Amino acid sequence: MEIGGILAYMVSLAIMAGIYAIFCLGLNIQWGYTGLFNIGIAGFFCIGAYATAMITTPKPTGLYAHYVHQIFGLNLPFVMGLLGAALICGIVAFLIGIPTLRLGEDYLAISTIGIAETFRLIFNNEHWLANGPRGLMGLPQPFQGLVDPKHYNYIYLIIIVIIVVIVYLSIERAIRSPWGRVLRAIREDEVSAAMSGKDIFHFKMQSLVFGAMVMGIGGALYAHYTKAISPDVFTPLYGTFIIWVMLMAGGSGNNKGAVLGAYVIWFMWTGTTFMTNLLPYTLKARAPYIRFLLIMILLEIILIYRPRGLLGEEKKVSKLVD
Amino acid sequence: MAELFIYGIVLGSIISLGAIGLTLVYGIIRFANFAHGDFLTAGAYIALFMVTGVLSWIGIPDSNFGSLSFGWRMAIAFPFSMLAVGCVAIVLDRVLYRKLRRKASGAVIFAMSSLGAAFIIRMIIFILWGADSLFYRPGILRPALELPLGIKIRPDQILILLLVVFLITLLHFFLQNTKMGKAMRATADNMELALISGIDTERIIIWTWGIGGALAAAGGILYGIDVQLHPHMGWNFLIPLFAATILGSIGNMYGALIGGLTIGVAQQVSTAFLLPTYKPAVAFIIMILILLIRPQGIFGGRS
Amino acid sequence: MIILKTEDITAGYTEIDILHDVHIRVRSGEIVSVIGPNGAGKSTLLKTIFGILKPRNGNVTFRHEDITGLKPDRIVRKGISYVPQVDNVFPSLTIQENLEMGAFIRNDDYSQRLDEVYDLFPVLRERKKQKVGQLSGGQRQMVAMGRALMLDPQVLLLDEPSAGLAPVLVSMIFEKIKEINATGVAMIIVEQNARGALKMAHHGYVLAMGRNVLDDKGEALLANEEVARLYLGG
Repeated sequence: MEIGGILAYMVSLAIMAGIYAIFCLGLNIQWGYTGLFNIGIAGFFCIGAYATAMITTPKPTGLYAHYVHQIFGLNLPFVMGLLGAALICGIVAFLIGIPTLRLGEDYLAISTIGIAETFRLIFNNEHWLANGPRGLMGLPQPFQGLVDPKHYNYIYLIIIVIIVVIVYLSIERAIRSPWGRVLRAIREDEVSAAMSGKDIFHFKMQSLVFGAMVMGIGGALYAHYTKAISPDVFTPLYGTFIIWVMLMAGGSGNNKGAVLGAYVIWFMWTGTTFMTNLLPYTLKARAPYIRFLLIMILLEIILIYRPRGLLGEEKKVSKLVD
Repeated sequence: MAELFIYGIVLGSIISLGAIGLTLVYGIIRFANFAHGDFLTAGAYIALFMVTGVLSWIGIPDSNFGSLSFGWRMAIAFPFSMLAVGCVAIVLDRVLYRKLRRKASGAVIFAMSSLGAAFIIRMIIFILWGADSLFYRPGILRPALELPLGIKIRPDQILILLLVVFLITLLHFFLQNTKMGKAMRATADNMELALISGIDTERIIIWTWGIGGALAAAGGILYGIDVQLHPHMGWNFLIPLFAATILGSIGNMYGALIGGLTIGVAQQVSTAFLLPTYKPAVAFIIMILILLIRPQGIFGGRS
Repeated sequence: MIILKTEDITAGYTEIDILHDVHIRVRSGEIVSVIGPNGAGKSTLLKTIFGILKPRNGNVTFRHEDITGLKPDRIVRKGISYVPQVDNVFPSLTIQENLEMGAFIRNDDYSQRLDEVYDLFPVLRERKKQKVGQLSGGQRQMVAMGRALMLDPQVLLLDEPSAGLAPVLVSMIFEKIKEINATGVAMIIVEQNARGALKMAHHGYVLAMGRNVLDDKGEALLANEEVARLYLGG
């Protein structure tokens, strides 16, 4: 591959890793700082992506409408898509939080799986809603007229980096506020008697919704990057577990770790494609499964031997530095 | 409608087998085993491997029992697969969960680890058998028996019900009347006191995994006989299993039985109005309703 | 003969020590009561003897054998049984099953022992098929003690057997403790009800802030003015 090709490839890797970094940051709010066990990230991924698709594309008209069914299309700008995606994910998280946040962690977990599966089923089966299994395409990309489409990814990478930084800084700010300290106290079960169950519920809810909104933005950014989405993208593996592996690897409760984990694992993940090229022909079709198997074994090893991840929790790091 | 109800009982009995194992593990080892659905898948595929592989190779005849869709090969493969998945569950405990127990990891780390195990099992199945739906015996369905009210039921389905009743009765006898069964219930009640009484709780944990895995395998094979095999079949069962467990109150085996039947019937009856692919969503909605109305379940002691 | 003793036990749940150099001796067949204010480390002492908590320093000797740091399931096989203060029964099991669990490690026929335990607590025999979760506090305490007795222990460790019981039940439980002791079982009883505990004790220990303060014969401690003022409520 010539230099330009390699560079373009690296940029596309960096964009996807950046999108995953946003998911990791969202999960970090929920799990890393509050101990909320969301294993239905794929659901918020899916909702965010579909939300922005319907907000930023026009409703199909004329002949086109015979082939693409879409319940509405607002044809609004990219930023509105991001905000809408965040808003809708926040609402869904709020609804799922009502029955589950007063109960044990496992209830939230299985309910979030339920949400992810249910939305995937709905988008797959309800053709009138968003074109069923064929999904939606033709999502607009911001500033797309500025450069040759061949080089558009550089612009999108800049957008991703800016949004990662914004999300990172706003989470850091929130976490260092008194609100963030309460979240950590909830996670550590160090809740003082002065706090009522009702207060704890509200704090958990805020964390769940905040995290889900960030995930919604991640889903929207993904949709505008690929310009086309369909329900089969948002599987538990690509939509949820790889993100957990990233956060666990990087260090939960540490935003730098969340971003680092996303990049390390995504580069490793794509790296394994080269490895599977070496497989005998008969196994090649099943290469993705072998790669996922390896990733899951990696997760188990992290859980047993390094549950705090590469960077560990920030508190500990700063203790060493002091 | 009556027919859907009967089919729901068949499906529900399969869900019950999984849910009982899940609830036992939940009650004794205290974590949500997200790999439980994939135990069903593993059981179904190990039986497939036996039926179409090993047993045909060593020359067990391929004939059917009467009007059932399977014969001696399945009769041998069935208990073998239960044993094998029981062992898989025990090995996972030795390799993963026991290490986490020793480090006193949080419940969520356990659940995460089981989720990893779920995908490890599923990926191995994908690698070995691919992503297509498979059958123990391809070809036409056996003729159905006509019952009153125009209910058509296949002989296989009657056998499924009988087998589930048999397995659950066996488990009931084991838990109520044997020393190990009583010690399992005691450990579920109060693990610390069990230790104080000299009960080797690690041995109890091994038994719990073995039984949970074996029952799940049975459920998976029966589903494979009734419908088909697919690497995702266990994942689609996961929400119904949890819904049944929560509905019947976590840790309560009899609750899981009732819960499983309820969920099965609800899922099957829903196909009168909804696409069959929405079955997991139906279980999910029921689960959310339970969590809203009575999170401790119908037999609710422990929350 | 001294059957059980602790020497210089130092132990705690976290880095903070709760017990400091605690020593206790139990002669065979003797009731030893340990009294002291809340937080004196009385329950911690029992947990340390029984191996639930590993001492940082010191040792526990049972019949000339060092049992320091052994796990509870090993210690129970040596002939020591322990009744925790709370969560000391299996609520969803029947009375009979609770007692059977007490005999879990026995592989011989223990029906005679079961009879003896039922003779000690006749009310349990009447309800042996009943789930323990449905019993009253006093009956639960009997089940808990019965479970611990199934192995015919030489030493019984009782953590606050009278806690939370109505006064009439307290004296009943204390009577039962004396009856059990009369069969030759030595005991360490940790009690808030210091007066009652000392009355039946052959020997008493006073702990405060995790340290030995005083020890003497039961009646001598009862007669001690300072003990009376500080620990027996005047």
